[in-house]
Amino acid sequence: MRKVYTRPALLKRAVFHYCPGCGHSIVHRLIAEVLAEMKLGDRAIGIPPPGCSVFAYDYLDVDMAESAHGRGAAVATGIKRAYPEAVVFTYQGDGDLAAIGTAETIHAANRGENITAIFINNAVYGMTGGQMAPTTLSQQTTTTTPYGRDTRLEGYPVRMSEIVAMVKGAAYVERVAVNSPANIRKTKRAIRKAFQTQLDGLGFALVEILSPCPTNWKMTPLESWQWVDKVMAVEFPLGVIKDVTGGEGAA
Amino acid sequence: MAKVLMNGNSAIGEAAIRAGCQCYFGYPITPQNELTEYMAANLSRRSGCSFIQAESEISAINMVFGASVVGARAMTSSSSPGISLKQEGISYLAACELPAVIVNMSRGGPGLGSIAASQSDYFQATRGGGHGDYRTIVLAPSSVQELADLTHRAFDLADAYRIPVVVLGDGMLGQMMEPVEYAHEAPETLQVRSDALRGARGRPSRIVKTFTSNPADLERINWSLFRRYRLIAERETSFDTFLVDDAELVVVAFGIAARIARGAVKTVRAAGLRVGLLRPITLWPFPADVVRDSARKVKHFLVFEMNMGQMLEDVKLSLEGAAEVAFYGRPGGVIPTPSEIARVITRLYYQNGLRVDR
Repeated sequence: MRKVYTRPALLKRAVFHYCPGCGHSIVHRLIAEVLAEMKLGDRAIGIPPPGCSVFAYDYLDVDMAESAHGRGAAVATGIKRAYPEAVVFTYQGDGDLAAIGTAETIHAANRGENITAIFINNAVYGMTGGQMAPTTLSQQTTTTTPYGRDTRLEGYPVRMSEIVAMVKGAAYVERVAVNSPANIRKTKRAIRKAFQTQLDGLGFALVEILSPCPTNWKMTPLESWQWVDKVMAVEFPLGVIKDVTGGEGAA
Repeated sequence: MAKVLMNGNSAIGEAAIRAGCQCYFGYPITPQNELTEYMAANLSRRSGCSFIQAESEISAINMVFGASVVGARAMTSSSSPGISLKQEGISYLAACELPAVIVNMSRGGPGLGSIAASQSDYFQATRGGGHGDYRTIVLAPSSVQELADLTHRAFDLADAYRIPVVVLGDGMLGQMMEPVEYAHEAPETLQVRSDALRGARGRPSRIVKTFTSNPADLERINWSLFRRYRLIAERETSFDTFLVDDAELVVVAFGIAARIARGAVKTVRAAGLRVGLLRPITLWPFPADVVRDSARKVKHFLVFEMNMGQMLEDVKLSLEGAAEVAFYGRPGGVIPTPSEIARVITRLYYQNGLRVDR
């Protein structure tokens, strides 16, 4: 019998600590698959900053260097400039990339750094227990918006991908989701393209991934997957936001 | 090579390039801009080297972190308010045992302070500076030549002990021009540290990280760091003395203040006062044993700093009450003259009834 599904070679033999229904483990798997398929496992250096996914180094079997909160794009810049042969990716959450690391992200994009940012948007600070993120939706209840996010006081969900796409050095920006088999396949294509953009030296690549967080959303996994479509994807529309790579599907 | 006339900031830049610095990441702040500009002009064109004017001090130090992860000699520089912003990154570098060189051409504080030379960052530099239990090696030059020499040494120490090294200068040292001579040419090829993260080629994948969920593991890491710090203290403590052999009173001063104090010591010596100068070159590790030993003969010390009394605490800790310690400080960026310090020394000397040679 032919084996059609197995543990990717670049995923360590470890049990994910992520909650049931969480999107992180799916995205980890996709990164491991893409890096192996592109034969980049021995050139890759990943940067997981604080957040639930700081433990990405326990799962991804490539060189990993943890960064301070929000500083992933700056650390990636230093790595890539000092060692251009490396294939560098950050793996950042929404608080990390779109709040505390906004400056690092926008300026790395603006310099056209040849790095790949994997941006997990789950609309909450997960690791710290479900506080409001920059991407928390209007009226969404979190531990620091117990009466729902009031945009008059707490501002609006930040569309970071659209902001990054406005910056000239950004080559490829796409928003995808991991809440259905079809979307997971699209996510894998986007991750592959983001790494190819780096290999081609075309500039900054960002893949924003809408990712369910059933624990902090206080939903079942199934409800959380549906909520991504019904609520999140309305505020954060899926699709290619910018593509100047000239490759397949380029605008 | 022949001596060249350079300002202190540029002299650091040239020394860094000759030490094989591959990456410089900076952000403008007075009074250290000549260093950033020197690297923009001279490092950026070198093969394999990288210069970035970062979007913030925080980004600059984190770029240094990244470059150090992959084994490059990397450096950043700033002045006091900017150094405060870099402390997060310095703590992470210390935790990951990554070498880096951080130059602080310090200025008056607190807050935005003044742009004039000051020594008010002594506490911050010598107590780690950021969060957590760690130290950085702190080198305190007092001339442009020494800025160059200690910058080179900073890179060597950082690599040898896998530790961030701070070169603590000040706005005056950075701006003033003096002749400099370099002992080394820039290396033909850049070295890559043997423990660098360069991709898992022919070896298992590796992790550079600081988060340690088990407190017992983190305690072991802290112990291991402090064993290395003890080794550094044993091997690398460095100081300079001037006319201390017969001294009845010893002035303790570092950096540019020691330069001023040296002039004052010469003046009071001419008037028959037996005064010497002890100048710590490493502020951490502090030459505590030297200070303590000198108290066997000397019972009167004067600490002079361009701050409100920070190294003073280390002198007192070193002496453990074995001698009298007086203090004279000028904070805020005010630069006292040698004659002002000579008056302070003379008054203290006569007040204590010390022996005067006629």
